[in-house]
Amino acid sequence: MPVYSEKVMDHFMNPRNVGEIENPDGVGEVGNPVCGDMMTFYIKVKDNRLEDVKFKTFGCGAAIAVSSMVSEMAKGKILEEAKKITPKSVADELEGLPKQKFHCSNLGAQALNKAIEDYQSKKKVKGGKER
Amino acid sequence: MRKVYLDNAATTPLLPEIREAMMPYLDETFGNPSSLHEWGDGAREAIETARAQVAQLIEANDDEIIFTGSGTEANNLAIKGLALAQQAKGKHVVVSAIEHFSVLHSARTLEKWGFEVSEVPVDKYGVVNPEDVRKSLRKDTVLVSVMHANGEVGTIEPVQEIAKITRESNVVFHTDAVATAGTIPVDVKELGVDALSLAGNQFYGPKGVGALWVRKGVRIMPLLDGGIQEGGRRAGTENVPAIAGLGKAAELAKTDVAGRIKQLTPLRDRLLKELPSKIEHVVVTGHPQHRLPEHASFCVEFIEGESMLMLLNSQGIAVSSGSACTSRALKASHVLIAMGLSHEIAQGSILFTLGIDNTAEDIDYVLETMPHIVDRLRQMSPLYSKFTKASKGGK
Repeated sequence: MPVYSEKVMDHFMNPRNVGEIENPDGVGEVGNPVCGDMMTFYIKVKDNRLEDVKFKTFGCGAAIAVSSMVSEMAKGKILEEAKKITPKSVADELEGLPKQKFHCSNLGAQALNKAIEDYQSKKKVKGGKER
Repeated sequence: MRKVYLDNAATTPLLPEIREAMMPYLDETFGNPSSLHEWGDGAREAIETARAQVAQLIEANDDEIIFTGSGTEANNLAIKGLALAQQAKGKHVVVSAIEHFSVLHSARTLEKWGFEVSEVPVDKYGVVNPEDVRKSLRKDTVLVSVMHANGEVGTIEPVQEIAKITRESNVVFHTDAVATAGTIPVDVKELGVDALSLAGNQFYGPKGVGALWVRKGVRIMPLLDGGIQEGGRRAGTENVPAIAGLGKAAELAKTDVAGRIKQLTPLRDRLLKELPSKIEHVVVTGHPQHRLPEHASFCVEFIEGESMLMLLNSQGIAVSSGSACTSRALKASHVLIAMGLSHEIAQGSILFTLGIDNTAEDIDYVLETMPHIVDRLRQMSPLYSKFTKASKGGK
Protein backbone atom coordinates (compact mmCIF):
# COMPACT_ATOMS: atom_id res chain seq x y z
CA MET A 1 0.00 0.00 0.00
CA PRO A 2 1.56 3.33 -0.99
CA VAL A 3 2.20 5.83 1.80
CA TYR A 4 0.82 8.76 -0.20
CA SER A 5 -2.56 9.35 -1.84
CA GLU A 6 -2.85 9.52 -5.63
CA LYS A 7 -3.41 13.26 -5.39
CA VAL A 8 -0.20 13.74 -3.40
CA MET A 9 1.70 11.63 -5.92
CA ASP A 10 0.26 13.64 -8.81
CA HIS A 11 1.36 16.94 -7.25
CA PHE A 12 4.74 15.48 -6.33
CA MET A 13 5.41 14.06 -9.78
CA ASN A 14 3.98 17.08 -11.64
CA PRO A 15 4.29 20.03 -9.29
CA ARG A 16 2.46 23.18 -10.43
CA ASN A 17 3.95 26.68 -10.26
CA VAL A 18 7.54 25.76 -9.40
CA GLY A 19 9.98 28.63 -9.67
CA GLU A 20 10.67 32.17 -8.58
CA ILE A 21 9.03 35.47 -9.56
CA GLU A 22 11.28 38.31 -10.67
CA ASN A 23 10.59 41.38 -8.53
CA PRO A 24 7.87 39.70 -6.46
CA ASP A 25 5.38 41.76 -4.45
CA GLY A 26 5.84 39.46 -1.47
CA VAL A 27 8.10 36.62 -0.33
CA GLY A 28 7.49 34.14 2.49
CA GLU A 29 10.02 31.64 3.73
CA VAL A 30 9.34 28.98 6.39
CA GLY A 31 11.05 25.90 7.81
CA ASN A 32 14.70 25.04 7.77
CA PRO A 33 16.80 22.18 6.49
CA VAL A 34 17.37 20.84 10.02
CA CYS A 35 13.76 19.74 10.39
CA GLY A 36 13.82 18.53 6.82
CA ASP A 37 11.55 20.93 5.00
CA MET A 38 11.95 24.47 3.76
CA MET A 39 9.60 26.43 1.49
CA THR A 40 9.79 29.82 -0.17
CA PHE A 41 6.67 31.35 -1.74
CA TYR A 42 6.71 34.27 -4.17
CA ILE A 43 3.57 36.26 -4.99
CA LYS A 44 2.52 38.87 -7.50
CA VAL A 45 -0.53 40.94 -6.51
CA LYS A 46 -2.86 42.91 -8.78
CA ASP A 47 -6.07 44.61 -7.61
CA ASN A 48 -5.89 42.78 -4.27
CA ARG A 49 -5.76 39.46 -6.12
CA LEU A 50 -2.97 36.87 -6.34
CA GLU A 51 -2.09 37.25 -9.99
CA ASP A 52 0.79 34.78 -9.73
CA VAL A 53 2.12 32.39 -7.09
CA LYS A 54 5.35 30.46 -7.36
CA PHE A 55 7.38 28.40 -4.92
CA LYS A 56 10.63 26.61 -4.28
CA THR A 57 10.74 23.73 -1.83
CA PHE A 58 13.44 21.63 -0.19
CA GLY A 59 11.89 18.58 1.37
CA CYS A 60 10.13 15.29 1.13
CA GLY A 61 7.42 14.21 -1.26
CA ALA A 62 4.70 15.59 1.01
CA ALA A 63 6.40 18.98 1.28
CA ILE A 64 6.61 19.31 -2.50
CA ALA A 65 3.00 18.18 -3.02
CA VAL A 66 1.78 20.59 -0.31
CA SER A 67 3.58 23.53 -1.91
CA SER A 68 2.16 22.70 -5.30
CA MET A 69 -1.36 22.35 -3.94
CA VAL A 70 -1.18 25.64 -2.00
CA SER A 71 0.02 27.48 -5.09
CA GLU A 72 -2.86 26.05 -7.09
CA MET A 73 -5.43 26.84 -4.40
CA ALA A 74 -4.15 30.40 -3.97
CA LYS A 75 -3.66 31.51 -7.53
CA GLY A 76 -6.37 33.97 -8.63
CA LYS A 77 -7.84 34.36 -5.16
CA ILE A 78 -8.31 37.74 -3.46
CA LEU A 79 -5.90 38.12 -0.54
CA GLU A 80 -8.53 37.72 2.19
CA GLU A 81 -9.63 34.41 0.67
CA ALA A 82 -6.09 33.17 0.14
CA LYS A 83 -5.32 33.82 3.80
CA LYS A 84 -8.06 31.37 4.74
CA ILE A 85 -6.08 28.44 3.30
CA THR A 86 -5.04 26.26 6.26
CA PRO A 87 -2.88 23.15 6.66
CA LYS A 88 -6.13 21.24 7.17
CA SER A 89 -7.75 22.49 3.95
CA VAL A 90 -4.54 21.72 2.02
CA ALA A 91 -4.38 18.19 3.43
CA ASP A 92 -8.05 17.69 2.58
CA GLU A 93 -7.53 18.82 -1.01
CA LEU A 94 -4.62 16.35 -1.22
CA GLU A 95 -6.94 13.55 -0.07
CA GLY A 96 -5.01 13.21 3.16
CA LEU A 97 -1.40 13.18 4.35
CA PRO A 98 0.34 10.53 6.47
CA LYS A 99 -0.09 11.41 10.15
CA GLN A 100 3.59 12.06 10.84
CA LYS A 101 3.82 14.36 7.82
CA PHE A 102 0.85 16.53 8.68
CA HIS A 103 2.75 18.90 10.95
CA CYS A 104 6.30 18.94 9.64
CA SER A 105 5.68 19.00 5.92
CA ASN A 106 2.47 20.95 5.84
CA LEU A 107 4.05 24.41 5.88
CA GLY A 108 2.73 25.69 2.58
CA ALA A 109 -0.20 27.68 3.94
CA GLN A 110 2.12 29.32 6.45
CA ALA A 111 4.64 30.26 3.76
CA LEU A 112 1.89 31.74 1.56
CA ASN A 113 0.54 33.74 4.50
CA LYS A 114 3.99 35.08 5.20
CA ALA A 115 4.33 36.18 1.59
CA ILE A 116 0.98 37.99 1.79
CA GLU A 117 1.99 39.67 5.06
CA ASP A 118 5.27 40.69 3.46
CA TYR A 119 3.34 42.32 0.62
CA GLN A 120 0.94 44.07 3.00
CA SER A 121 3.69 45.44 5.25
CA LYS A 122 5.61 46.77 2.22
CA LYS A 123 2.44 48.40 0.98
CA LYS A 124 1.95 50.14 4.32
CA VAL A 125 5.45 51.58 4.16
CA LYS A 126 4.73 52.93 0.71
CA GLY A 127 1.73 54.75 2.13
CA GLY A 128 -0.90 52.46 0.71
CA LYS A 129 -0.10 53.28 -2.89
CA GLU A 130 -1.29 50.58 -5.27
CA ARG A 131 1.31 49.45 -7.71
CA MET B 1 10.12 -0.22 -17.31
CA ARG B 2 13.40 -1.59 -16.02
CA LYS B 3 13.18 -2.70 -12.36
CA VAL B 4 16.34 -2.38 -10.29
CA TYR B 5 16.30 -3.41 -6.64
CA LEU B 6 19.13 -1.71 -4.75
CA ASP B 7 17.81 -1.93 -1.21
CA ASN B 8 19.39 -5.19 -0.09
CA ALA B 9 20.32 -3.66 3.28
CA ALA B 10 16.59 -3.45 4.01
CA THR B 11 16.17 -7.04 2.92
CA THR B 12 17.57 -9.36 0.32
CA PRO B 13 15.16 -11.41 -1.78
CA LEU B 14 14.63 -15.05 -0.83
CA LEU B 15 16.64 -17.38 -3.07
CA PRO B 16 14.48 -20.10 -4.70
CA GLU B 17 16.65 -22.93 -3.31
CA ILE B 18 16.25 -21.48 0.18
CA ARG B 19 12.50 -21.29 -0.26
CA GLU B 20 12.57 -24.94 -1.35
CA ALA B 21 14.49 -25.87 1.80
CA MET B 22 11.73 -24.23 3.88
CA MET B 23 8.74 -25.79 2.16
CA PRO B 24 8.65 -29.23 3.88
CA TYR B 25 8.27 -27.50 7.25
CA LEU B 26 5.28 -25.52 6.05
CA ASP B 27 3.83 -28.75 4.78
CA GLU B 28 4.21 -32.40 5.80
CA THR B 29 6.95 -31.95 8.41
CA PHE B 30 4.83 -29.64 10.52
CA GLY B 31 5.62 -31.16 13.92
CA ASN B 32 6.73 -29.33 17.03
CA PRO B 33 10.48 -29.88 17.53
CA SER B 34 9.84 -30.53 21.25
CA SER B 35 7.54 -33.48 20.51
CA LEU B 36 8.92 -36.96 21.01
CA HIS B 37 7.17 -38.64 18.08
CA GLU B 38 8.05 -38.96 14.41
CA TRP B 39 6.47 -35.62 13.55
CA GLY B 40 8.62 -33.90 16.13
CA ASP B 41 11.75 -35.78 15.05
CA GLY B 42 11.66 -34.31 11.54
CA ALA B 43 11.25 -30.76 12.80
CA ARG B 44 13.97 -31.22 15.42
CA GLU B 45 16.33 -32.54 12.79
CA ALA B 46 15.69 -29.45 10.65
CA ILE B 47 16.63 -27.18 13.53
CA GLU B 48 19.78 -29.07 14.40
CA THR B 49 20.87 -29.13 10.75
CA ALA B 50 20.32 -25.36 10.55
CA ARG B 51 22.25 -24.89 13.79
CA ALA B 52 25.24 -26.69 12.31
CA GLN B 53 24.99 -24.66 9.08
CA VAL B 54 24.89 -21.34 10.92
CA ALA B 55 27.73 -22.42 13.22
CA GLN B 56 29.85 -23.31 10.19
CA LEU B 57 29.18 -19.96 8.57
CA ILE B 58 30.86 -18.16 11.48
CA GLU B 59 33.32 -20.92 12.52
CA ALA B 60 31.54 -21.57 15.82
CA ASN B 61 30.32 -24.65 17.69
CA ASP B 62 26.75 -25.82 17.11
CA ASP B 63 25.65 -25.56 20.73
CA GLU B 64 26.69 -21.91 20.90
CA ILE B 65 23.95 -20.80 18.46
CA ILE B 66 20.65 -19.42 19.80
CA PHE B 67 17.94 -18.93 17.18
CA THR B 68 15.86 -15.77 17.56
CA GLY B 69 12.97 -14.07 15.78
CA SER B 70 15.16 -11.41 14.11
CA GLY B 71 18.47 -9.59 14.21
CA THR B 72 16.79 -7.09 16.49
CA GLU B 73 15.88 -9.83 18.95
CA ALA B 74 19.43 -11.21 18.81
CA ASN B 75 20.77 -7.73 19.68
CA ASN B 76 18.23 -7.26 22.49
CA LEU B 77 19.13 -10.64 23.94
CA ALA B 78 22.84 -9.84 23.69
CA ILE B 79 22.76 -6.38 25.25
CA LYS B 80 20.20 -7.02 27.98
CA GLY B 81 20.96 -10.70 28.55
CA LEU B 82 24.75 -10.38 28.77
CA ALA B 83 24.54 -7.28 30.98
CA LEU B 84 21.91 -8.71 33.34
CA ALA B 85 23.83 -11.98 33.76
CA GLN B 86 26.83 -10.03 35.04
CA GLN B 87 25.21 -7.34 37.14
CA ALA B 88 26.81 -8.67 40.32
CA LYS B 89 30.16 -7.79 38.73
CA GLY B 90 29.22 -4.31 37.54
CA LYS B 91 26.66 -2.14 35.82
CA HIS B 92 28.57 -0.30 33.10
CA VAL B 93 28.10 -0.93 29.38
CA VAL B 94 29.92 0.57 26.37
CA VAL B 95 28.39 0.95 22.90
CA SER B 96 29.37 2.92 19.81
CA ALA B 97 27.37 5.97 18.73
CA ILE B 98 26.41 4.40 15.39
CA GLU B 99 24.91 1.12 16.58
CA HIS B 100 21.59 -0.06 15.25
CA PHE B 101 18.60 1.07 17.34
CA SER B 102 18.13 -2.50 18.58
CA VAL B 103 21.46 -2.05 20.39
CA LEU B 104 21.17 1.64 21.31
CA HIS B 105 17.61 1.38 22.60
CA SER B 106 18.43 -1.80 24.52
CA ALA B 107 21.25 0.13 26.16
CA ARG B 108 18.76 2.90 26.99
CA THR B 109 16.55 0.31 28.65
CA LEU B 110 19.54 -0.88 30.69
CA GLU B 111 19.95 2.71 31.89
CA LYS B 112 16.38 2.62 33.17
CA TRP B 113 17.31 -0.57 35.00
CA GLY B 114 20.18 1.14 36.81
CA PHE B 115 23.07 0.54 34.41
CA GLU B 116 25.37 3.27 33.14
CA VAL B 117 26.08 3.44 29.42
CA SER B 118 29.05 5.10 27.69
CA GLU B 119 28.90 5.88 23.99
CA VAL B 120 32.17 5.89 22.04
CA PRO B 121 32.31 8.33 19.10
CA VAL B 122 33.26 7.66 15.47
CA ASP B 123 35.41 9.63 13.03
CA LYS B 124 34.17 11.24 9.81
CA TYR B 125 34.19 7.85 8.07
CA GLY B 126 32.16 6.24 10.84
CA VAL B 127 35.12 4.32 12.28
CA VAL B 128 35.42 3.62 16.00
CA ASN B 129 38.89 4.22 17.42
CA PRO B 130 39.78 1.16 19.57
CA GLU B 131 41.67 3.48 21.92
CA ASP B 132 38.40 5.27 22.67
CA VAL B 133 36.95 1.93 23.71
CA ARG B 134 39.96 1.35 25.96
CA LYS B 135 39.52 4.76 27.58
CA SER B 136 35.84 4.12 28.23
CA LEU B 137 36.46 0.89 30.16
CA ARG B 138 35.99 0.99 33.94
CA LYS B 139 36.33 -1.48 36.77
CA ASP B 140 32.59 -2.13 36.62
CA THR B 141 32.35 -2.45 32.81
CA VAL B 142 30.67 -5.75 31.96
CA LEU B 143 29.87 -5.43 28.27
CA VAL B 144 31.14 -3.70 25.11
CA SER B 145 29.10 -3.75 21.90
CA VAL B 146 30.51 -2.42 18.62
CA MET B 147 29.02 -3.49 15.31
CA HIS B 148 31.04 -5.40 12.71
CA ALA B 149 29.86 -3.06 9.96
CA ASN B 150 27.32 -0.28 9.74
CA GLY B 151 24.42 -0.97 7.41
CA GLU B 152 23.79 2.67 6.68
CA VAL B 153 27.22 3.86 5.61
CA GLY B 154 28.89 0.50 4.95
CA THR B 155 31.93 1.12 7.15
CA ILE B 156 33.63 -1.99 8.57
CA GLU B 157 34.77 -1.52 12.17
CA PRO B 158 38.11 -2.64 13.68
CA VAL B 159 36.42 -5.38 15.72
CA GLN B 160 39.56 -7.50 16.02
CA GLU B 161 41.55 -4.68 17.62
CA ILE B 162 38.72 -3.85 19.99
CA ALA B 163 38.51 -7.53 20.97
CA LYS B 164 42.17 -7.49 21.99
CA ILE B 165 41.43 -4.64 24.37
CA THR B 166 38.30 -6.20 25.87
CA ARG B 167 40.07 -9.54 26.35
CA GLU B 168 42.93 -7.86 28.22
CA SER B 169 40.36 -6.28 30.51
CA ASN B 170 38.23 -9.40 30.76
CA VAL B 171 35.11 -7.64 29.48
CA VAL B 172 32.50 -9.45 27.37
CA PHE B 173 32.45 -8.13 23.78
CA HIS B 174 29.38 -8.42 21.54
CA THR B 175 29.33 -7.47 17.89
CA ASP B 176 26.26 -6.89 15.74
CA ALA B 177 27.16 -8.73 12.52
CA VAL B 178 23.75 -8.38 10.90
CA ALA B 179 25.29 -6.39 8.03
CA THR B 180 28.27 -8.71 7.57
CA ALA B 181 27.32 -12.34 8.30
CA GLY B 182 26.81 -14.01 4.94
CA THR B 183 28.11 -10.92 3.13
CA ILE B 184 31.79 -10.99 4.01
CA PRO B 185 33.71 -13.79 5.78
CA VAL B 186 32.90 -13.79 9.49
CA ASP B 187 35.00 -15.97 11.78
CA VAL B 188 34.25 -15.59 15.47
CA LYS B 189 37.63 -17.02 16.47
CA GLU B 190 39.50 -14.62 14.25
CA LEU B 191 37.39 -11.68 15.39
CA GLY B 192 37.96 -12.63 19.02
CA VAL B 193 34.47 -11.59 20.13
CA ASP B 194 32.30 -13.30 22.77
CA ALA B 195 28.88 -12.85 21.17
CA LEU B 196 27.64 -12.07 17.67
CA SER B 197 24.23 -11.33 16.11
CA LEU B 198 23.09 -12.17 12.58
CA ALA B 199 19.84 -12.13 10.57
CA GLY B 200 18.46 -14.32 7.79
CA ASN B 201 17.05 -11.63 5.50
CA GLN B 202 20.47 -10.04 5.03
CA PHE B 203 21.84 -12.95 3.00
CA TYR B 204 18.97 -14.27 0.90
CA GLY B 205 17.20 -16.12 3.70
CA PRO B 206 13.74 -15.45 5.13
CA LYS B 207 12.65 -12.53 7.33
CA GLY B 208 11.68 -13.06 10.94
CA VAL B 209 14.65 -15.19 11.90
CA GLY B 210 18.06 -14.40 13.35
CA ALA B 211 20.64 -15.94 15.61
CA LEU B 212 22.85 -14.98 18.48
CA TRP B 213 26.13 -16.77 18.94
CA VAL B 214 27.43 -16.77 22.50
CA ARG B 215 30.85 -18.25 23.26
CA LYS B 216 30.67 -21.29 25.50
CA GLY B 217 31.21 -20.28 29.11
CA VAL B 218 29.78 -16.77 28.70
CA ARG B 219 26.64 -16.37 30.79
CA ILE B 220 23.47 -14.87 29.41
CA MET B 221 20.10 -14.17 30.99
CA PRO B 222 17.15 -15.21 28.79
CA LEU B 223 14.61 -12.53 27.89
CA LEU B 224 11.79 -14.97 27.20
CA ASP B 225 10.85 -17.40 29.95
CA GLY B 226 9.01 -20.59 29.16
CA GLY B 227 10.13 -23.99 27.97
CA ILE B 228 13.64 -25.26 27.43
CA GLN B 229 13.92 -24.51 23.73
CA GLU B 230 17.37 -23.30 22.65
CA GLY B 231 18.85 -24.70 25.83
CA GLY B 232 16.50 -22.57 27.94
CA ARG B 233 18.00 -19.39 26.53
CA ARG B 234 15.10 -18.57 24.22
CA ALA B 235 11.77 -20.16 25.06
CA GLY B 236 8.92 -20.52 22.56
CA THR B 237 8.05 -22.99 19.84
CA GLU B 238 10.61 -22.57 17.09
CA ASN B 239 9.79 -21.04 13.70
CA VAL B 240 10.94 -24.21 11.98
CA PRO B 241 10.58 -23.17 8.30
CA ALA B 242 12.39 -19.88 8.90
CA ILE B 243 15.17 -21.57 10.86
CA ALA B 244 15.58 -24.15 8.10
CA GLY B 245 15.76 -21.27 5.61
CA LEU B 246 18.36 -19.46 7.68
CA GLY B 247 20.42 -22.66 7.77
CA LYS B 248 20.27 -23.07 4.01
CA ALA B 249 21.14 -19.41 3.52
CA ALA B 250 24.17 -19.89 5.78
CA GLU B 251 25.28 -22.95 3.84
CA LEU B 252 25.02 -21.14 0.50
CA ALA B 253 26.75 -18.03 1.83
CA LYS B 254 29.63 -20.10 3.19
CA THR B 255 30.39 -21.49 -0.29
CA ASP B 256 29.41 -18.43 -2.34
CA VAL B 257 30.66 -15.48 -0.31
CA ALA B 258 33.93 -15.06 -2.20
CA GLY B 259 32.10 -15.15 -5.54
CA ARG B 260 29.49 -12.66 -4.35
CA ILE B 261 32.18 -10.25 -3.20
CA LYS B 262 33.93 -10.57 -6.55
CA GLN B 263 30.68 -9.89 -8.39
CA LEU B 264 29.48 -6.94 -6.33
CA THR B 265 32.66 -5.01 -5.54
CA PRO B 266 33.23 -3.68 -9.10
CA LEU B 267 29.58 -2.65 -9.36
CA ARG B 268 29.81 -0.83 -6.03
CA ASP B 269 33.05 0.84 -7.07
CA ARG B 270 31.45 2.18 -10.24
CA LEU B 271 28.71 3.82 -8.20
CA LEU B 272 31.17 5.23 -5.66
CA LYS B 273 33.37 6.66 -8.40
CA GLU B 274 30.95 7.68 -11.11
CA LEU B 275 28.03 9.19 -9.21
CA PRO B 276 30.14 11.95 -7.63
CA SER B 277 31.83 12.63 -10.97
CA LYS B 278 28.53 12.80 -12.87
CA ILE B 279 26.76 14.97 -10.29
CA GLU B 280 28.26 17.98 -8.57
CA HIS B 281 28.12 18.33 -4.78
CA VAL B 282 27.73 14.66 -3.96
CA VAL B 283 29.77 13.19 -1.10
CA VAL B 284 30.40 9.53 -0.37
CA THR B 285 29.42 8.59 3.19
CA GLY B 286 31.30 5.94 5.13
CA HIS B 287 34.83 4.71 4.62
CA PRO B 288 36.11 4.86 1.03
CA GLN B 289 37.93 1.48 1.28
CA HIS B 290 36.97 -0.34 4.48
CA ARG B 291 33.37 -0.82 3.49
CA LEU B 292 30.89 -3.57 2.66
CA PRO B 293 31.32 -4.94 -0.88
CA GLU B 294 27.69 -4.28 -1.80
CA HIS B 295 27.33 -0.86 -0.23
CA ALA B 296 27.45 2.59 -1.89
CA SER B 297 26.11 5.51 0.12
CA PHE B 298 26.06 9.24 -0.50
CA CYS B 299 24.76 12.59 0.57
CA VAL B 300 23.46 14.74 -2.28
CA GLU B 301 23.58 18.41 -1.34
CA PHE B 302 20.64 20.85 -1.57
CA ILE B 303 17.96 18.18 -1.87
CA GLU B 304 16.21 15.76 0.43
CA GLY B 305 16.44 11.97 0.45
CA GLU B 306 12.81 10.95 0.45
CA SER B 307 11.96 12.95 -2.66
CA MET B 308 14.99 11.40 -4.41
CA LEU B 309 13.86 7.95 -3.29
CA MET B 310 10.34 8.56 -4.62
CA LEU B 311 11.51 9.81 -8.01
CA LEU B 312 13.90 6.85 -8.31
CA ASN B 313 10.99 4.57 -7.43
CA SER B 314 8.96 6.16 -10.24
CA GLN B 315 11.80 5.06 -12.56
CA GLY B 316 11.78 1.50 -11.18
CA ILE B 317 14.77 1.87 -8.85
CA ALA B 318 14.51 0.90 -5.15
CA VAL B 319 16.85 2.59 -2.66
CA SER B 320 16.91 3.80 0.98
CA SER B 321 17.65 7.09 2.68
CA GLY B 322 18.63 8.15 6.18
CA SER B 323 16.95 11.55 5.90
CA ALA B 324 14.63 12.77 8.64
CA CYS B 325 11.60 12.58 6.37
CA THR B 326 12.12 8.91 5.60
CA SER B 327 12.33 7.91 9.25
CA ARG B 328 9.15 7.43 11.22
CA ALA B 329 10.74 9.41 14.03
CA LEU B 330 11.38 12.30 11.60
CA LYS B 331 14.94 12.65 12.82
CA ALA B 332 18.05 12.71 10.66
CA SER B 333 20.14 9.57 10.84
CA HIS B 334 22.04 9.31 14.13
CA VAL B 335 24.83 7.62 12.18
CA LEU B 336 25.42 10.56 9.82
CA ILE B 337 25.16 13.07 12.67
CA ALA B 338 27.66 11.04 14.75
CA MET B 339 30.03 11.22 11.77
CA GLY B 340 29.90 15.00 12.03
CA LEU B 341 27.72 15.74 9.00
CA SER B 342 25.38 18.74 9.32
CA HIS B 343 21.64 18.13 9.42
CA GLU B 344 21.37 19.91 6.10
CA ILE B 345 23.79 17.52 4.36
CA ALA B 346 22.37 14.48 6.17
CA GLN B 347 18.94 15.26 4.68
CA GLY B 348 20.35 14.35 1.26
CA SER B 349 21.26 10.83 2.34
CA ILE B 350 20.78 8.04 -0.16
CA LEU B 351 22.05 4.47 -0.17
CA PHE B 352 22.36 1.85 -2.84
CA THR B 353 22.85 -1.70 -1.54
CA LEU B 354 23.53 -4.27 -4.22
CA GLY B 355 22.52 -7.91 -4.40
CA ILE B 356 23.51 -10.93 -6.45
CA ASP B 357 20.74 -10.25 -8.99
CA ASN B 358 22.28 -6.92 -10.00
CA THR B 359 24.16 -6.48 -13.25
CA ALA B 360 26.40 -3.88 -14.89
CA GLU B 361 23.34 -2.75 -16.89
CA ASP B 362 21.54 -1.96 -13.64
CA ILE B 363 24.38 0.34 -12.67
CA ASP B 364 24.34 1.97 -16.13
CA TYR B 365 20.64 2.65 -15.65
CA VAL B 366 21.16 4.21 -12.21
CA LEU B 367 24.02 6.37 -13.43
CA GLU B 368 21.89 7.52 -16.34
CA THR B 369 18.77 8.19 -14.23
CA MET B 370 20.22 9.84 -11.13
CA PRO B 371 21.52 13.10 -12.69
CA HIS B 372 18.07 13.95 -14.10
CA ILE B 373 16.40 13.32 -10.77
CA VAL B 374 18.92 15.37 -8.83
CA ASP B 375 18.69 18.18 -11.36
CA ARG B 376 14.89 18.20 -11.23
CA LEU B 377 14.86 18.45 -7.41
CA ARG B 378 17.61 21.06 -7.36
CA GLN B 379 15.64 23.24 -9.76
CA MET B 380 12.92 23.15 -7.12
CA SER B 381 15.20 23.72 -4.14
CA PRO B 382 15.47 27.12 -2.44
CA LEU B 383 18.79 25.99 -0.95
CA TYR B 384 20.20 25.36 -4.40
CA SER B 385 19.04 28.70 -5.79
CA LYS B 386 20.59 30.46 -2.78
CA PHE B 387 23.80 28.57 -3.40
CA THR B 388 23.96 29.36 -7.12
CA LYS B 389 23.13 33.04 -6.52
CA ALA B 390 25.84 33.25 -3.85
CA SER B 391 28.46 31.61 -6.03
CA LYS B 392 27.54 33.86 -9.01
CA GLY B 393 27.74 36.89 -6.76
CA GLY B 394 31.16 35.80 -5.58
CA LYS B 395 32.62 35.74 -9.09
